[in-house]
Amino acid sequence: MSNMPSDDDFIKLSHGSGGKETTRIVSSLILSLLREDMMAVKGGIGTDELDDGAAIPIGDGRYIVVSIDSYTVNPPFFPGGNLGKLAASGTINDVLMMGGKPIAMMDAVVVEEGSRIEEVREIIQSFIEILREEEIKLIGGDFKVMPRGQLDKYVITTVGVGIAEKLIVDSNLSPGDKIIVSGTVGEHGAAILAAQENFSVEGELKSDVQPLKHLMLSLIEEFGHSIHAAQDPTRGGLAQTLNEWASKTGHLITVNEAEIPIRDEVRAFTELLGIDPLSLACEGRVVLGVSPADADAILDLIRELGYEDAAIIGDVKKSEKYGGMVVLESVAGGLRILEPPSGTIVPRIC
Amino acid sequence: MKVSFPFRDPGISRLIVDKIHEVASELNHVKIMDFCGTHEWTITQYGIRSLMPKNVELVAGPGCPVCITPGYYVDVAIRLAIEGIRVFTFGDVYRLPGSSRDIPKNLEEAKSEGADVRIVYSVSDAIKLSKDGRESVFLAVGFETTAPATLGPICRGEVPRNMSFIVVHRLTPPITRYILENYPQSPIRGIIAPGHVSAIIGASEWEFVAKDYRISVVVSGFEPIDVLLSILEILRQIRDGRAELVNEYSRIVKWEGNLKAKEVMRSTCDVVDAGWRGIGFVPQSGLLLKRRYSDYDALTKYGIRELSEEAWEEDLPPGCKCAEVTLGMAKPTDCPLFKNVCTPERPYGPCMVSSEGTCLIWAKYGGDELLRGLREEIRYKG
Repeated sequence: MSNMPSDDDFIKLSHGSGGKETTRIVSSLILSLLREDMMAVKGGIGTDELDDGAAIPIGDGRYIVVSIDSYTVNPPFFPGGNLGKLAASGTINDVLMMGGKPIAMMDAVVVEEGSRIEEVREIIQSFIEILREEEIKLIGGDFKVMPRGQLDKYVITTVGVGIAEKLIVDSNLSPGDKIIVSGTVGEHGAAILAAQENFSVEGELKSDVQPLKHLMLSLIEEFGHSIHAAQDPTRGGLAQTLNEWASKTGHLITVNEAEIPIRDEVRAFTELLGIDPLSLACEGRVVLGVSPADADAILDLIRELGYEDAAIIGDVKKSEKYGGMVVLESVAGGLRILEPPSGTIVPRIC
Repeated sequence: MKVSFPFRDPGISRLIVDKIHEVASELNHVKIMDFCGTHEWTITQYGIRSLMPKNVELVAGPGCPVCITPGYYVDVAIRLAIEGIRVFTFGDVYRLPGSSRDIPKNLEEAKSEGADVRIVYSVSDAIKLSKDGRESVFLAVGFETTAPATLGPICRGEVPRNMSFIVVHRLTPPITRYILENYPQSPIRGIIAPGHVSAIIGASEWEFVAKDYRISVVVSGFEPIDVLLSILEILRQIRDGRAELVNEYSRIVKWEGNLKAKEVMRSTCDVVDAGWRGIGFVPQSGLLLKRRYSDYDALTKYGIRELSEEAWEEDLPPGCKCAEVTLGMAKPTDCPLFKNVCTPERPYGPCMVSSEGTCLIWAKYGGDELLRGLREEIRYKG
């Protein structure tokens, strides 16, 4: 049969895993249809930058920052949190990563017919609790139900709104900058993977999901001018964030593996499965690109604020030949290329 | 947070690397083959190639069980899946292309077209799920490391009647002998022998490499320091004109291996000539379920013929150099398709599919020329 549909005719899970395939399909389905003047409001940031969110200037040198994300996770309750906490924290963090102070949120909750109301209530309560703690208003939303079998339980979409005095635009990352990560990486991804596969290590693995408002606003207030790039390394993890920065700026990023904080439980779990903890999602961490003069002071402040595992893990370098790459110096002293993750994560066999 | 694993200690690592440079400076070009996919992973993951002197070249061998699984058996599994039989397999095999053009390319594609394909982490998971009585097949690939785990439940009578196996287990010493026998021009001067496999078969199984072919062979563990020590040992032997078997991984590997596991293989299977993807039939290199277990042999059960040497067909896609890469005769970068037509997202040849496949490992973590260049660029103090 010569008219067999080819691999390219279908959407696959890997198209949504946040790595290379996602970038490719978004470009081909959406961005390719946009004229340049459709990508951002004049003077603002939009799909031209593909940053954590968008920005619209409001006249007095300030900006409205807007960010949107859809959340669906299996299982909806996992060690360390649930879908509601994730949907609130994730979007708050995205607004913060643009330099915005989050003030308001809207949500769209889609639920599968037959879901238990108590379970939905628990998810929404967690969602609202984060908004209350972080002093963010819920200014609107939507609630829909899909017929049984047409949705895997729940999808929550949230829109976050904030105000920024000075935007953090990741393409400003410069040669000489230091890379800082605010804590141990890979915990959310590892916890979800363990919960999905019913691994018995589950108890020791906990999602790091949390809003970073206090941390980020303190950093912006004290060191706003020195923070050149900020991202929460969610889907695709640290590897994805660093690769996005390297390819956006054309610089070489070098990281020192021994300095990257990873919990022993996460390391043991990922080694068992043969997956790289650097490509697993974090939901309560920030990666920063900061000017070298203030790097130590910024690290000290992050640690003072309670993020004791924070570390300076690498540098940004100018390179004619190797620009756009991320290279890692291993604990054994050798080098390897840190690729952006691709494909859906499958374990190796021996 | 500093990593505190002793077998990854940067200071010890530096000392061994210095020694390697010292010994290598007395030698000409040396090519060392790491047999095992997991060794290749360690070498690239920890950047060991970038630490080697210019005259020490590390090449990967045929140690990725997914890469050498003949397309024929993948096709069999895909066809059974399309016919409504539930197929279990390991994650690595999920995207492995078959060789027929008339059916979905791999099990992943079969699944997206509605077939029931399940990724499992162990045979026991598949057995548990098969207790529901549905017709099920397990596509069992792997070397001596995984074979006892597949075969154990069969000989202990733990497998339900509705479940059978496509057994594609392959044996590592025979393929090593095959390479050394058939490629006498091969400049391989040392072999890093597989650690996990040797834990099952015993270090003694590698003695023929040193005795019959005068090549140094070291059974190695999988931490970076294990591999560096093994390289150093091979270089020292070459310098001193010796060729011996050394067991570096003695904390795990015994001389005689795991007798129980060996007995499981011996009692359930016959050792037969068997196909290796891209390579062909290799004498006495595969396991075939004995006749008394034929109820568990999916090919017998569903009336599908076994692959025979006469029926063997080239099962690599056109232009693919996976066979040469697998045999250590070519580097991935020697293949014109590498990172060009054949990428991790859209693998063309089998070595780009598995996380143990040499091409995938090189595509993700970089080969030696690139890494040496990078090291100079960032003025790495090595």
